[in-house]
Amino acid sequence: MTATLEAPETKAGAIPSFEVTLRVRRYNPESEHGEESFWDEYTVTAHGTDRVLDALHKIKWEHDGSLTFRRSCAHGVCGSDAMRINGRNRLACKTLLKDVNPDKPITVEPIKGLPVVKDLVVDMEPFFASYREIMPFLITNGNEPTKERIQSPEDRARFDDTTKCILCAACTSSCPVFWTDGQYFGPAAIVNAHRFIFDSRDEGAQQRLEILNDKEGVWRCRTTFNCTEACPRGIEVTKAIQEVKRAMITRAF
Amino acid sequence: MQTHQYDVVIVGAGGAGMRAALEASKDARTAVISKLYPTRSHTGAAQGGMAAALANVEEDNWEWHTFDTVKGGDYLVDQDAAEILAKEAIESVLDLEKMGLPFNRTPEGKIDQRRFGGHTRDHGQSAVRRACYAADRTGHMILQTLYQNCVKQEVEFYNEFYVLDLITDHDLAAEDVPEGVEVNATGVVAYDLATGEIHVFQAKAIIFATGGAGKIFKTTSNAHTLTGDGMALAYRRGLPLEDMEFFQFHPTGLAGLGILLSEAARGEGGILRNSDGERFMERYAPTIKDLAPRDIVARSMANEVREGRGAGPNKDYVLLDLTHLEPAHIDAKLPDITEFARTYLGIEPYTEPVPVYPTAHYAMGGVPTNVQGEVLRNGKDVVKGLYAAGEVACVSVHGSNRLGTNSLLDINVFGKRAGRSAAAYAKIAEFRDLPVDPTVAVVSQLDEMRNRPEGDRVSDVRRALQETMDANAQVFRTGESLNQALADIRELRKRYENVSVQDKGRLFNTDLLEAIELGFLLDIAEVTVVAAINRKESRGGHYREDFPDRDDKNYMLHTMAYRRPTAAADQAEGHVKGYFDHVEEFDGYKVVLGSKPVTQTRYEPMERKY
Repeated sequence: MTATLEAPETKAGAIPSFEVTLRVRRYNPESEHGEESFWDEYTVTAHGTDRVLDALHKIKWEHDGSLTFRRSCAHGVCGSDAMRINGRNRLACKTLLKDVNPDKPITVEPIKGLPVVKDLVVDMEPFFASYREIMPFLITNGNEPTKERIQSPEDRARFDDTTKCILCAACTSSCPVFWTDGQYFGPAAIVNAHRFIFDSRDEGAQQRLEILNDKEGVWRCRTTFNCTEACPRGIEVTKAIQEVKRAMITRAF
Repeated sequence: MQTHQYDVVIVGAGGAGMRAALEASKDARTAVISKLYPTRSHTGAAQGGMAAALANVEEDNWEWHTFDTVKGGDYLVDQDAAEILAKEAIESVLDLEKMGLPFNRTPEGKIDQRRFGGHTRDHGQSAVRRACYAADRTGHMILQTLYQNCVKQEVEFYNEFYVLDLITDHDLAAEDVPEGVEVNATGVVAYDLATGEIHVFQAKAIIFATGGAGKIFKTTSNAHTLTGDGMALAYRRGLPLEDMEFFQFHPTGLAGLGILLSEAARGEGGILRNSDGERFMERYAPTIKDLAPRDIVARSMANEVREGRGAGPNKDYVLLDLTHLEPAHIDAKLPDITEFARTYLGIEPYTEPVPVYPTAHYAMGGVPTNVQGEVLRNGKDVVKGLYAAGEVACVSVHGSNRLGTNSLLDINVFGKRAGRSAAAYAKIAEFRDLPVDPTVAVVSQLDEMRNRPEGDRVSDVRRALQETMDANAQVFRTGESLNQALADIRELRKRYENVSVQDKGRLFNTDLLEAIELGFLLDIAEVTVVAAINRKESRGGHYREDFPDRDDKNYMLHTMAYRRPTAAADQAEGHVKGYFDHVEEFDGYKVVLGSKPVTQTRYEPMERKY
């Protein structure tokens, strides 16, 4: 009854298939490789609209069940499957194979700067710890209004961009400062601080700015724009960090 | 093995689970166990909005909302529950705003509202603006806001822990437990994905908030992880599942992919067209057209395709046309979904219509609860200490077809209620003894699966299941197609006995967990199809071509499906000769159907026209 079932690939308008090779960086302390990471290459058949996640599933489901990665929603909103694809951080479910030149082997590695647990899975705890540190929740004083707080569309638009964050860690794990100094809060935590600092309803900006004024805070940012390039949600991460820096100097937010 | 003790244990960290956690953790020592990091939950994929009669932009009231919910659900809605949903909607939205949720605003700075399918003013007169929203990522903002507040309240999480068993003091699937005997839930057994270690959680109260089961279908808007775990765990303990034959197919999935494009697209003025460019919904729902409820729109689309008016080279989809909308308007109100069209189909919605086709979206049925969130073991008795909320549960506020924006509402209203009820019960309840070795079943299941020699692939069995469900139990169903699905499921159950996994390790073994999840999917597909075979009428999301009319005389009842030992009686509570007396034998158990009355307060069933 579905479009998929009623459209065998031989019919007119069918999407052509092609072979694609994935070179995956693997790590499995339970395997004979022990603590050493290693590369595996897999060639699978893919279709025009297939994404890197489809190819990984094909490998896992048809070739090697031990290949391990996180995924859930498969359309770029849950943030589970950030990985390094051809050297760039992206979501596997949002990266079409045809857009990363399937004529050559596509390299897939775990995101950098966080401890690898197994294959493409990293330990996300340090990442979430930084997020929690910036107090990512609305802070208000005084009595709550009976109805909603009033906020003009302009005030709402002021922090719209940073509400899009899905905490996938693509930005933080693309940041060279974070690679060399795991103590740095990283772009994602600052983005989430920005989301509240510039929310007209929030009264905790002072506290957050103090936290981010720390030696591991915003001043470590070297404005390399890797984070902005990596963000699968199109957030202008570097700009948000700049705005937080400026707010810290001018105390205007 | 590790053992933990909490007053309240919540299974699942989506909207319902975290909303419950925010309540329960105020008064009781609470843990949330989730197979994902909380922010990965599928609540985050909800797009369009959350209904509440705030009347911020035009006249509205909760009674109209109640009526729309009842009518939208084709009168199989429990009207007392729908009234609570609509009334408490207002407070729920305000709660979220106070927690920090960045709703879109009106020029006066109030929460903005927009139109959505089936929501009307004055009992169906015209579409009303009732959906509160944050662009087309309302679910994302709800999930983030709830998680942020859990961080603030220091809620304790066990992330990437899979709950694989529910511990009760009586197993109704294995023994005969007479009515009146108290049944208590005492804990859960969980598997830590990172280490492979087993954890036992003893609790005074347990809340299931595990979400839906869309992965029984091939074409679905649901995440890979939506495998019906909570429903299946309750079902395996002999607890009933209610109204499982009612599954919602969302009209606008990206054709061939199933990725959801929000109904908000039509709420903002988008139009569905067939290959002739005709606005075909004018023929099916003359008053509210493209904003008819989802079951009607999905069926109309499938009918257009079936009658040869589908678009595309294979004429197998219809078109969602946004080209008459201002690009700036699209960017402001529908940024995410238009990007889905660009990313996945290479379509530019400013200038080209988007190919769409119905996609399996939402289970109206689930674990039956009363309005306090307490799980029922039959039509009236509760299981002490067990609660459910959200898509896993069936209150039933959605009846046979859920209205758009009522699910984000459901998780907030009934998540909050379940959290409160569980914490209150934990205050007066004692911990109950667990069995001597509560993990024995889970451990042997995992070991057996891990050590099984080469056999069928998990993915082959799963794909076959999803294909038969799409082919035989989707928008259009017949007795014949459903029996074919059931025969296939029986066969696949046999194959499941022989599936093997390649990853034999302890650490982060997702191969193993996918095999376990397939077991849940088979259970849910089985009960869905058995219930669908029995309901020989068409109502809401369940459309039987061999019985195209609604039959209130014989089927105005909730289906209750029980897994029972083979030797048990063939009659469940609510047995009605000829209508709710179906029994289906399987290897080692049987499924016995019964019924539960529909609660009606002020609305008499009427013909459903839009």
